[in-house]
Amino acid sequence: MLRVDARTTLGAFALDVGLAVAPGERLALAGPSGAGKSTVLRIVGGLLRPSHGVVRCGERVWLDTAAGVDVAPERRGCGFVFQDYALFGHLRAWQNVAYGMRDVPRRERRARAVELLDRFGLADRADARPATLSGGERQRVAVARALARRPSVLLLDEPLSALDARTRAAAGRELAMVLRDTSVPTIVVTHDFHEAALLGTRVAVIDAGRVIQEGRADELAAQPASAFVADFTGAVVLAGVAAPAPDGLTRVALEGGGEIVSVDAAAGPVAATVFPWEIVLEDPSAVAGGSARNRLAGEVTAVTDVGGRVRVAIAAGQPLVAEVTATAVRDLALAPGARVVASWKAAATRLVDR
Amino acid sequence: MRTSRPFALLLFTALALALAFLVVPVVAIFTDTSPRALIDSLDDPVARDALWLSLKTTLIALAIIVVVGTPAAYVLATRRFRGRAVVQTLVELPLVLPPAAAGIALLAALGPNGLLGPLLEDAGIELVLQTAGVIVALVFVSAPFYLRQAEAAFSAVPLSVMQASRTLGVGEAATLVRVVIPTARNGLLAGAALAWGRALGEFGATLMFAGSFRGVTQTVPLAIYDRFATDFPGALALSAVLVCVSFALLLSVKLVTGREALGVAAR
Repeated sequence: MLRVDARTTLGAFALDVGLAVAPGERLALAGPSGAGKSTVLRIVGGLLRPSHGVVRCGERVWLDTAAGVDVAPERRGCGFVFQDYALFGHLRAWQNVAYGMRDVPRRERRARAVELLDRFGLADRADARPATLSGGERQRVAVARALARRPSVLLLDEPLSALDARTRAAAGRELAMVLRDTSVPTIVVTHDFHEAALLGTRVAVIDAGRVIQEGRADELAAQPASAFVADFTGAVVLAGVAAPAPDGLTRVALEGGGEIVSVDAAAGPVAATVFPWEIVLEDPSAVAGGSARNRLAGEVTAVTDVGGRVRVAIAAGQPLVAEVTATAVRDLALAPGARVVASWKAAATRLVDR
Repeated sequence: MRTSRPFALLLFTALALALAFLVVPVVAIFTDTSPRALIDSLDDPVARDALWLSLKTTLIALAIIVVVGTPAAYVLATRRFRGRAVVQTLVELPLVLPPAAAGIALLAALGPNGLLGPLLEDAGIELVLQTAGVIVALVFVSAPFYLRQAEAAFSAVPLSVMQASRTLGVGEAATLVRVVIPTARNGLLAGAALAWGRALGEFGATLMFAGSFRGVTQTVPLAIYDRFATDFPGALALSAVLVCVSFALLLSVKLVTGREALGVAAR
């Protein structure tokens, strides 16, 4: 079990977090840039000393500022994967992996390193120098190197952000499989909620140095504790004022005009959230039908193909985004300037206090 | 973007003038006397003593610079401390110091009546008019060349690379040897070559601090000065040797740093 409690100030930024990660558990620390994610990782790894804090790994105390304990990074046994992978450019791939193998006899190191690289499908690249490896290969060498010492904790700082969009998806799935096989407590830092959901068994959303919400990715998406978390999970967030209605539903008068309803109970200023794929787009002349209770008319501002689906940005008092198929884009002639009606069910509308 | 014709003409004329002015004297060294005569005049005990002394003193000075300068440059590159900028400036001071001033400064500090003179005398160390004095003068004037390059090379090593080594169980000292120095290798080599080149050409400080005694303190530049009035071809021959060595050093610096630039482009 890894436990971190740390408070520190870095310039104008204050960090105050408490986290616990059990063996076999993978905590995805997710949040926008500058939220303090990497700082937490560096504190655990011993690369940064907080003004107040305790870091415990099992029975061992790595950091206890009150007791004056601060174990050097080389004595902590953390596997650390850096954002830029930090491979040693003068060493071959296998030598990078073998670098930390102190307890392995010198002549067995190459075989051990190649064996590990083979698990990552890189046995044939063992003699390559980092400069000749592709981004995805570099990332796998970095992970192999971090695992080579059988670390007691695995820390990954944005392990996919240095990859181009094309390799990121495949590399993410592979990394998820590798991480599933390791039994040590793992912390993965990411600024992308989908990556967090893919790589973590649990997600902690962090913003401005504080953990805002912690839970399974699907729980966070279904029950965001705040508008920030909802926005982070990719939901459309609409600000408004809620009031109970006689039919048991809650009516939300939206800022910028329009009214929607939700099955959630709430009163006062709220953020109404809905996922882009729950939103149906219709021609304004179409007769309202079906069970969607929420309808907002607006103008299309952007149409972006994101591979297999299309994100349509709409100005409807407040901006919102719908995800539809390419066929729907053609049938409705969706293009910037087109008038549409966005509709979704009251049951798909979550309300969180603002 | 198009450059107007007269302006282009002006630019290239300036370049041609600069090139001619800088290259013609060097070429003259080799054309003034026949190559045969140049090689013959090297077959002279005075010239050979000077060449041997230059090689010995510059290599010892270089070794001292590298051994002390490497960790010193590492500290400057990796630590942030109060007065760091001041230390950086002080370390670079000999770069802009006139050689004559450097010679006087060394005498004032290490001469018999200098600041540290009595201390050296008690320790039985004699520097003035000695080979050891030549080495002191060489270290003084050429160390900044290495320190500057080495600091820049160490600063260019990503922090994450040093930290990765630490998290892999390797302490800071071993990280310096196993990762930081190999990563900064090209910059260190370039700095060493520049320092060596400066040491080979050192004249003023050596003359003032160590004098010009054949076989003891008379390095190649001093020997050239010593004989140019009486034996012009001999002076030319020694100059030719220095020019060749300096050119080889400059070329190796270009090659080493050029390869580094290519490596960055490939990455």
